[in-house]
Formats: sequence, C-alpha cells, structure tokens
Amino acid sequence: MSEKEVKNLEEIFEAKIARDEKIEPKDWMPEKYRKTHIRQMSQHAHSEIVGMLPEGNWISRAPSLRRKVALLAKVQDEAGHGLYLYSATETLGISRDELYEQLHSGKAKYSSIFNYPTITWADIGAIGWLVDGAAIINQVPLCSTSFGPYARAMVRVCKEESFHQRQGYEIMLTLCNGTEEQKQMAQDALNRWWWPSLMMLGPTDDASTHTEQSMKWKLKRKTNDELRQQFIDQTVPQADILGITVPDEDLKWNEETGHYDFGEINWDEFWQVVKGHGPCNKERLQTRVNAWENGEWVRDAALAYAEKQSERKVKQAI
Amino acid sequence: MNNNFIKYLYGIADNSLILGQRLGELTGHAPSLEVDIALTNISLDLFGQVRSYFQYAAQLSEDDITEDDLAFLRTEREYLNVLLVEQPNTDFAYTIARQFLFDHFHMLLMTEMQKSKDETLVAIAKKSIKEVSYHKRFSSDWIKRLGDGTEESKQRIQKAVNDLWRFTDELFHTTEADEAMIKEGIAVDVKMLKDVYYKNVNEVLETATLEVPELKYFQKGGKEGIHSEHMGFLLNDMQYMQRTYPGMKW
Repeated sequence: MSEKEVKNLEEIFEAKIARDEKIEPKDWMPEKYRKTHIRQMSQHAHSEIVGMLPEGNWISRAPSLRRKVALLAKVQDEAGHGLYLYSATETLGISRDELYEQLHSGKAKYSSIFNYPTITWADIGAIGWLVDGAAIINQVPLCSTSFGPYARAMVRVCKEESFHQRQGYEIMLTLCNGTEEQKQMAQDALNRWWWPSLMMLGPTDDASTHTEQSMKWKLKRKTNDELRQQFIDQTVPQADILGITVPDEDLKWNEETGHYDFGEINWDEFWQVVKGHGPCNKERLQTRVNAWENGEWVRDAALAYAEKQSERKVKQAI
Repeated sequence: MNNNFIKYLYGIADNSLILGQRLGELTGHAPSLEVDIALTNISLDLFGQVRSYFQYAAQLSEDDITEDDLAFLRTEREYLNVLLVEQPNTDFAYTIARQFLFDHFHMLLMTEMQKSKDETLVAIAKKSIKEVSYHKRFSSDWIKRLGDGTEESKQRIQKAVNDLWRFTDELFHTTEADEAMIKEGIAVDVKMLKDVYYKNVNEVLETATLEVPELKYFQKGGKEGIHSEHMGFLLNDMQYMQRTYPGMKW
C-alpha cells in the first residue's frame, strides 16, 4: 500500500471517529489503535477473571444462603464479563490462549485492586460498593467508545456492575445497622479499601502516559483525576448514610469548587502493587496459572473428543 | 409425622446443600471459563433448591427457625446427605464423576417426586427437574469427553468413577423416617430407582468407552449422619460466620 493510500485510510478512520461512528473489526485501523485496544481490552478481561478470586474466597464462607447465592451469581457474572471481553478482543486478531499466556507470564496487567486480600465478610460489601463503584465510573464512558465490540460489551458489563454495586452497598448497610462488632467490621473494610479504590482510577493526569491518545480515540472521555473526583463526590455521602468514616483527615467539602478536597494518595504503594509487589500479587497469578495448568488435560481431552466426533461424522456421511 | 417429614426434607436438601458447597469451592478455578460458569450455575441451582426445601422445613417446624439455622447451625451428625456429595474436588475427573453419579440419581428422584402427595414437594420437583436435566446432560457429556478423549483423560475419569462407585449404593438406602414418609405417599421409594439408575449410568459409561466398576462392598452412613472425615472441614468453612458471630443478621 502506498503512503498516499495509507494516509487516505487514516483520514477516513479519523473522520469516522470524529462523527462518533463505530470502528468494526473488519474496518481498516491504524496498527497502534489495534494494539492499544488489545492491551486495554485484555487488561480489562484479565481484571474480571483475576477479580473472581478475592471474592470467590468467600463463597464457601458466606454467612447466609441468600448471600451465598448472590455472591456465586456475582462471581459468575465476572466470569461472563471476562468471556465476552476476551471474545471482543479476539476480533482484533489475537487468540484467547495468547492473551492468557500474556497474563500468566506477567506481561499483561490487571487491575491492581485485586492484589489486596479479602479478610472479612465486610470486604465483600466494600468491594461491591467501592471497587465496583469505581469500576462503573471508569467504564460507563466506554459504552460509547469508538471500537464497536468493546462498546457493546461494556453496555452489558455496566448494567451488571451497577447491580453488583448496589448489592455491595446493601451488605454494608446491613452491617452498619447490625451489632457494634458488625459496624466495626464495616469500618475496618472501608479503612482498608478506600485508598486502593481511589488508586484504581489510575495515576494522576501528569503521570498518565496514555491519556491524550485515548481521549482522541474515545477510549477515555474524562481524565483520571476528573474520574477520581467524581468517585469521591459520589461516595462520601454514601459513607455518611452508612455512618462510617472515610479514612482521610483532609477530606472536606469545598463550597467554592463544589467538590470534596481530599488528602495525598500514597502513589509509592500504587506503583509497588502495579510492579508486582502487593500483598497478593504472587498468589493471584499463581492461582490463575494453576487453574490453567491443572486444566490442560481436560482441554486436551475435549479437543481430542471433538476431533473424533467430527471424524465419525465424516465417515458416516461417506 | 411432622418430625419424619422434616428429616426426609433434610435428607434431600442436604444433598443439594453439600454438593452446592463443593461446587462453590471451584468458582474461579475451573479448566476453562465456560466450565467455570457452568459449574457455578449448577451450584446456584442446587442452592436455590436448598432454600425451597429449608424454607418449607422451617415452616413445618414447631421451633422458630430459619433456612439459615438449618443450613449453618446443625451439628455434623445432624446433616443427612449421602457420602457421595461430600467427597472432595480431588481434580476435574472427580468433580465430574461425583456430579454424574449424583445427577442420574437426582433426575430419577425429581421425576418421581412429582407424584408425591405433598403439593410443595411436587412444585419443587417440577421446578428442579428442568435444572437437574441440564446438570445430567452436562456431567454425562463430560464423562463421554473424558472417557473418549485422550489416554490421560480416560485413565483419570476411570479412576474417579472407580473410586466413587462405592458411594452409589447408599443413594438407594432408606432411613426409618424415609420409610414412614413412603407409607404416607409423600416420599419417593428410592429402593425402586436402583435398577434403572445403574442401567442409565452404565449406558453412559459404555458410550464413553469406560469400564463399569465391579464392586461388592459399598460405603454408607451419611443418611444416618455418620459422615466421612471430609465433612467436618467442609462444615468448618460453611459454618464459619454463623459460628463466629452467633445471632447476627447478614
């Protein structure tokens, strides 16, 4: 393809995005667009399946049948999200096995929040309320992102996430209306999950490397700092209703800006976890690798069986 | 009658409860995402059934109890599930073999339960049978895939079936409470299901190119509340919150 032809295609592509039309898998796209989407979408898919682990940790110990069923369904939803995000990523010309390989080798990242341990039942409430809450803020703009398969997957993901968020908040509300011990459990969970949830919205704008390009492609509509502010403004009044305290001494409503001012985030901790040295990084990855390796003989058997079946069909047809 | 009826309900409900609990341990750890979703689905179905049985048992009971008291606050000796369902998730072959051996029984049980004189049991059976027929298809398909898949998968599933076979006979035992309820026309006489069960199971095993185990000695006890050593650990997990924080609402 000549340089002029490529330039022409690029112009058509840019114009489409400017008109808010979707880019579909068979459309021409710049290589960088394809790679960026593979990176972000697979990172998102990995986050869903690694995210199953901290919550899955409590399925066997859920405190009531109703909670157990809800938690099973929630973790199952996450598997479903992973499944259609992987499928959407595959439309960009990469296989699910390759994507797993990137996860297992540590090349691909997933959301750092899942490297924190779930140590009490209240953590299940806090994850739903805060982590899914922050995820929704991150993800709602993606429902109108430029890449069609991603945007469509996100519409469904967001609906389910917002259900999970309400469910998590309801767990917190029950705890906060319960005994002193339960309320303390809820406060302790908020103390541990608050800051990592703020970090989930990504590094500050001046430290974020992908923002500008992502804005152009509508992979992002707001900056990390804007999203973080939105999350804080929305969540603090919810904590007030629960009657528990956000663990930030500098948190204060600012009449002038119409937003909450908040304290310094410990970015050293954020980068430590991103780089693989959080409390559970090793365990999470090892668990995924084990599931994959222990399942190899099963996948091989399914494949061998399918091949035998199709051979039999061919023979019958002859 | 009431007491026997409640015991009968425990027996059926506990099978679903304990198997659902075992499957729940696997969420996030299955060989593929599709299988993960399917196993969780089965677990969800089973817990849904448990809730129907326990809500009914709580309603019939003279004591002021809830579904959660029944699920989480009995002692080990009071759980009346068969030994089969409490066996651990040793590997995917054991998970599938356990499921398969139970599903075929469960399907026959739900089919017959639709003829019970008790309307609530009939309603639960009618709802459950759709779910159980999916479970049975899922586990039977996997028996065939593993049996007629690779050399390794064949060995593994054969070993799992052989090991778990000793627990199948207990599915067809009846307790005193069961017998009393059979007389009332409420309970299913599971003794009558045995032949057709082995016929159905053997058929699938043969299609899967697997050997039907030949066994003279079987294990029993679960239905009388005498469980395997695995049960205590399972309950430890399952009852953890209710035991640690008694009397609280969640």
